Amino acid sequence: MIELTYQTLDPEKTTALVRKDSNGAVVTFLGTTRNSFEGRRVIMLEYEAFEEMAINKLEDIHRELQAEFQIDDIAIAHRIGSVPIGEISLVVAVASPHRLEAFQACHQAVNRLKETVPIWKKEIYEDGSRWVACEDHEISSAEGAEVEAHRH
Amino acid sequence: MQILVRFFALYRERAGLNQIALELPQDSTVSDLTEEVRRQFPNLAPPQVDIVVAVNADYAAPETALKSGDDVCLIPPVSGG
Repeated sequence: MIELTYQTLDPEKTTALVRKDSNGAVVTFLGTTRNSFEGRRVIMLEYEAFEEMAINKLEDIHRELQAEFQIDDIAIAHRIGSVPIGEISLVVAVASPHRLEAFQACHQAVNRLKETVPIWKKEIYEDGSRWVACEDHEISSAEGAEVEAHRH
Repeated sequence: MQILVRFFALYRERAGLNQIALELPQDSTVSDLTEEVRRQFPNLAPPQVDIVVAVNADYAAPETALKSGDDVCLIPPVSGG
């Protein structure tokens, strides 16, 4: 089960989707919004998604993990829009007959989500903001000036 | 041919718009498209960074051929979770 929502996430609800009498282990991961980045106070996070593709990519991850770990029961819910500090932005729930597969598949689900799913996180500070993971896109003032010069 | 290109997150903010219609020659590729986008928006990404592109909601390699009506989106580095 895959869900993208602007609403508050309910981890109990997502976890309930994977619980079955045939499963002896349930692992639920919660991603929560942190209040600092390198000493700067973060006051809010904003998530944006390319929703159609994000759902496709989450479904791909779901299918891959089912095949790799031979398990059926995986549920992923991601919140988008504004998320206040301390609230849940991600729930990944995995259940399996034994615990090892559930732990591993849950870990992999989060890793792959962060690599391939088109969702973006912006940290809002009291005096500015930053798109997370875009360090390689920083344009130094010298480069900016050069680009400006080429344009004319 | 005309291709609608959508911008997200960092690219949306740097471009100052959500989408743009680009006029490209027939048989243009994803790489031709990013070249044209960079020409029109020089400050979108530094020259040494590859711009990642999705065509019809899936990642597309630079050599992918485009056709009229394709849904093209520019994907800055992702950071879900």
